[in-house]
Amino acid sequence: MAVTMRDQPSTETAAREIFMSEALREALDEEMQRDPTVFVVGEEVGVWGGAYAVTDGLLAKWGADRIVDTPIAEAAIAGLGIGAALTGSRPVAEFMYSDFMGIAMDQIVNQAAKNRYMFGGKAKLPLTYRAPFGAGTGNAAQHTQSLEAWFAHVPGLKVITASTPYDAKGLLKSAIREDNVVVMFEHKAIYAMRGHVPEHEYLVPIGVADVKREGTDVSVITYARQVHHALEAAEQLAAEGISVEVVDIRSLYPLDADAILRSVRKTHRAVVLYEAVRFGGFGAEIAAQIQELAFDDLDAPVLRVGAAHAPVPFSEPLERASFPDAAKAAAAIRQSLEGVR
Amino acid sequence: MAVREAVRGDSADGAAGSANGALAGLDDAKLAWVYLIMRRIRRFEETAEEAFRAAKMRGALHFYIGEEATATGVCAALDDGDFITSTHRGHGHCIAKGARMDKMMAELFGRTTGYSGGKGGSMHIADIELGNLGANGIVGAGIPIAAGAALGSKLRKDGRVTAAFFGDGAGPTGAFHEGVNVAATMNLPVVFVCENNQYGMATHADFANAAQISARGPAYGIPSPMVDGNDVFEVYATAAAAVDRARRGDGPTLIEARTYRQKGHTVLDQKNYRTKEEIAAWVERDPIERFRTAVIEADRPVIEDFDDIDAQVEREIDNALAFAEASPWPNVDAIERDVYVE
Repeated sequence: MAVTMRDQPSTETAAREIFMSEALREALDEEMQRDPTVFVVGEEVGVWGGAYAVTDGLLAKWGADRIVDTPIAEAAIAGLGIGAALTGSRPVAEFMYSDFMGIAMDQIVNQAAKNRYMFGGKAKLPLTYRAPFGAGTGNAAQHTQSLEAWFAHVPGLKVITASTPYDAKGLLKSAIREDNVVVMFEHKAIYAMRGHVPEHEYLVPIGVADVKREGTDVSVITYARQVHHALEAAEQLAAEGISVEVVDIRSLYPLDADAILRSVRKTHRAVVLYEAVRFGGFGAEIAAQIQELAFDDLDAPVLRVGAAHAPVPFSEPLERASFPDAAKAAAAIRQSLEGVR
Repeated sequence: MAVREAVRGDSADGAAGSANGALAGLDDAKLAWVYLIMRRIRRFEETAEEAFRAAKMRGALHFYIGEEATATGVCAALDDGDFITSTHRGHGHCIAKGARMDKMMAELFGRTTGYSGGKGGSMHIADIELGNLGANGIVGAGIPIAAGAALGSKLRKDGRVTAAFFGDGAGPTGAFHEGVNVAATMNLPVVFVCENNQYGMATHADFANAAQISARGPAYGIPSPMVDGNDVFEVYATAAAAVDRARRGDGPTLIEARTYRQKGHTVLDQKNYRTKEEIAAWVERDPIERFRTAVIEADRPVIEDFDDIDAQVEREIDNALAFAEASPWPNVDAIERDVYVE
């Protein structure tokens, strides 16, 4: 699908297109080249090349001291990252699926996120956790969740997610260079999406949203794969004369509230679109901030579109119906324009 | 190393160190250090308890009194550049790794001059510069972190070893298994030190663990000696061998040190789950008294220094307490500071 990427350099001559998985691999490879303390650790990151092929080929290039395979032990993976980061390394620890982070929650939430604060600002954890998330792959309830709100809720973590190969590479490079714990969620349904990634080096800053499509009637605030559903809906609605702006937040924490408010103050209507369970999801935080900070600018209630209140079902029609898509996004946009619920 | 039945409480064998020859080979300077550290730990905690009972501090205090030989013996075997991870019962580990008692006391008092500026308290004292990667309020959680520090050392080839302290209460946790197993599979330079002080709150170690911790070594393919944790010489000798093994690149060791917490789980513990006789029997085997007796029996010149060391510790304690009490409270502006590196 067509993606407008406003932040790509216009001077690029050959528009090189690569998969998101390749973009992520380039980020790892370049940062390992740049900094000898960077290493990758996780299940099947070496010989297998990563469950979604992100680390494919890196073992051959960097060896087992930089691409470290572990047994199935998520708490240990999280802890290996913490201990190595505290003592002078810059690890990138991969969880095969974000669902498996439940096993590592103590290490992530009580250790990684809190060490710096508990130790009075004297600890530094240059640590990146990567994890595939999201639905659409038929992997059912324990391999397809969107749990990003859990992590965005914990002070001490930064949380990022990309919708394009360009953003994925630039965000991951920024995360690796951070002296903080960054959790990067990678939507597994778009690993194989192609997009422009320039040959030259660039970073995408953490904490900066990106307007993926400009519009004047309704703002859709979204992230990761749902950006594409929003863009698809915007394209459909354009034919009906409805102008939709799509804001890709890219970082959940820190959240670029200014960018969201700029858009809402322009369109006066907002739909928050996310793939997690709607109830208590991160979209609720976005909606709350909009009404707190831009209530007088709103011409309609802020609407949320999220997943059903159920574990992710396996069967394709059930899974498909559980999640937001372009049609549901479009319906919410129309509802917002009607101004009533 | 064979399991020493003696440490299970059948015999109160007074002096320590006889099994290891001439005081485990420690010279007088090291013996003086061992005594200094054990006395610091003891007096720091006795003083903290008084301050707590005088309502000068709040929160929780988990006392290490009675277990001083384990932290001291292990840290005596470490180099300054080596790392430790500690526990909620961590004052002893911090002091043995070189922490300043004035900054520790100020932290217990919640003051801005404390190790964490008052943001951590008793359970969250760390000094990364000294290689102390932190006390920890979560039982067992330091074990995977220690494996990570050891992985970092292996990859950076910095020659450092990490010692992970934890109690018998960590034995049943998943973090124990994941951390020890991954360290063994990766042959990491780490020494796991289980301080079996017999109780996790009121739960006896033998109830919590299906078999003794030291029996687990063969399952991980690593040595797992049992030592008398109240015998600083045996702890030191065993830890030194484990540290050498780790530094050589031969992988982890799991040490089980049988010891006893003479105090309750926390300063507020009033529960009745131990007999007076049991406590008295272990107080008879107090690690500091056993150390003194062994050194005196060996007639080492350092015994002349013990009184001076005692006096030095009293001065340090007085200073620490005065420093803590005189230190300012943190400014509330600091609440959201130190969450991230800005």
